[in-house]
Amino acid sequence: MLKTLNYDGTWSGLMTCVFCSFEYKWQIGAIQQHASSSQTGLFTAPELISTDNEKARRVLLGLEKKIGLQGIQELYYVHLSEIKDRELLILRSIIYYFRSETKANQNYGHDDILQIKKIVRSVSRERHRVKAFVRFQKMKDGLYFANLEPDFNVLPLIVKFFKERYADQKWLIYDLKRKYGIYYDLMEVTEVKFSDTLAKNQIEIHLDEEESRYSDLWKNYFESVNIKERKNTKLHVQSLPKRYWKYLNEKNLL
Amino acid sequence: MSDRIVQKLNILADAAKYDVSCSSSGSNRANKNKGIGNANQGGICHSYTEDGRCVSLLKILLTNHCIYDCAYCVSRKSNDIERAAFTVQEVVDLTINFYRRNYIEGLFLSSGIFKNADYTMERLVSIAKKLRLEHKFNGYIHLKTIPGASDELVHEAGLYADRLSINLEIPTKEGLKLLAPDKSREDMIIPMRYLKNEIIRTNEERKIIKSTPTFAPAGQSTQMIIGASGESDKHIIQTAQHFYKNYHLKRVYYSGYVPISYDKRLPEIGTAVPMVRENRLYQSDWLMRFYGFRADEIVNDNHPLLDLDIDPKLSWALRNQHAFPVDINKADYHFILRVPGIGVQSAKKIILARRFGPLRLENLQKLGVATNRAKYFITCLGFQQLYADKPGSHIKQYILAQSSSKYIKNDSQQLTLF
Repeated sequence: MLKTLNYDGTWSGLMTCVFCSFEYKWQIGAIQQHASSSQTGLFTAPELISTDNEKARRVLLGLEKKIGLQGIQELYYVHLSEIKDRELLILRSIIYYFRSETKANQNYGHDDILQIKKIVRSVSRERHRVKAFVRFQKMKDGLYFANLEPDFNVLPLIVKFFKERYADQKWLIYDLKRKYGIYYDLMEVTEVKFSDTLAKNQIEIHLDEEESRYSDLWKNYFESVNIKERKNTKLHVQSLPKRYWKYLNEKNLL
Repeated sequence: MSDRIVQKLNILADAAKYDVSCSSSGSNRANKNKGIGNANQGGICHSYTEDGRCVSLLKILLTNHCIYDCAYCVSRKSNDIERAAFTVQEVVDLTINFYRRNYIEGLFLSSGIFKNADYTMERLVSIAKKLRLEHKFNGYIHLKTIPGASDELVHEAGLYADRLSINLEIPTKEGLKLLAPDKSREDMIIPMRYLKNEIIRTNEERKIIKSTPTFAPAGQSTQMIIGASGESDKHIIQTAQHFYKNYHLKRVYYSGYVPISYDKRLPEIGTAVPMVRENRLYQSDWLMRFYGFRADEIVNDNHPLLDLDIDPKLSWALRNQHAFPVDINKADYHFILRVPGIGVQSAKKIILARRFGPLRLENLQKLGVATNRAKYFITCLGFQQLYADKPGSHIKQYILAQSSSKYIKNDSQQLTLF
């Protein structure tokens, strides 16, 4: 009988699922996060998987020999994409990788691999866009604060970038969709959660007095560098999709 | 807020916008001193203006006062426009404050020439120096090399800047003489050659002495104005190749002339910006930099102009049908790269994927090949080449008929620039 695995939604949890399916030779029908509306199929047996870092580590060690760290990173990106049925895609590919020669993740003729590459590209693009489109606002206490709602769960992928770049300022980047943020205190980056999200006007009360000045200068600059004779709205919107506009002060001309 | 700063920013950003380069790539300057910023090897575009161009750097002139009278330039001496100049501190404050808010990757500082070349260059260098030394700024800095500046100042610029550029402006020497009588190609080449040699020298030195300070790690670039002086595409592409080869430029930019003057020597105000041509030039540039094409394969005495209705790689393939069909499952990477519809990424994927078994046309399509063009030039598993003996002009018609080319159906304003 096919099994439905319930796990905690973490990367280690997912790798534990992979370990168990190998270890006990289970046929897997579904892998789902147990918080989500856990549906049990009529012909599947539910199984609760508790995350075991040691088991996860063993899967990753084996994978590293087959597809290298690069290949593991691809699977991690698929995990962060949060797209439906990602767990089964990851499980199927891992089975394929273990059965194949090394570097089977380069088989661009294989449908699952192509699917993975496609997701990796989307997640990488989102990660890159977040690096580009974060707009910090300086608060009275010197904190640089930014809100955003990325399509995928990319905050874990930008920690290093922001930590290295803005090493001498405190900053906080908050994912409104997933309700958590990353905060840098001049030493370390930690994950933070607000009990409730700050309303826009609440943020404004706490802004540094120079904030609106530089924000306005930036809007001015943005208008001045445009070449009207070359107007190309299609390209503009393609490069700067509308869903990001509300967090970009230069597009928020209020 | 000081209104004067707003005004200055508007004037001096507006005057700088015709310099199309906004690249922030090519440098890996690290934030080692727990200061502010670092450079990102691949560069980051932080926004896009309504013309679809990337905004990566704070791109401004230090001043638009200028002693020169170059016909194609808005800041030319004889032009009746509002003039302004930033102070050193103003540029520093803008850069740092924009950077801290993640608006920009760094500063691109250019300037009109006031007094003389060295006086101007010295001001530019002093700003970069202040940012680096006093503010521990490790973000990207692109400085203009002022034609005629002394070796000493150009050297100092290289110590603080990531990239330096000097614009050739007009692709031919004769055109430059006509439109910019105060400038000479030679004044541009001297600092360019000096920088090339310094970059080579410091790179060599670094192999032996690891602590050798970085020197213009993102190299040099240049820009040519397209469509202002009646030059042919052959002139432009050969000039580009010459400078890539002899001066090791990282990039050559092509800037379609935006009419800004009633000068009789130039296209009238209202003339359309040659955006399709500019796009074909960038495609040709890519062919030279990433696809192993030589300038004379793209344009030559028999074909001095680029086709505007098809891309230069397809154009080359149609003139060189003897090189096809290419067997996707056997051919060398360099031959695969020459197939229209196959880009660098697809070519690499093909090489990797075919180790696992021969590829079919549908595999190619799935991994990203534009098979509607490639299919006339390849063979692969289960796919025979039926068009090999058809004349190039027919194949071109087939391709144009079934492609939804943005160049033909839409008007010339709807183009992808980069």
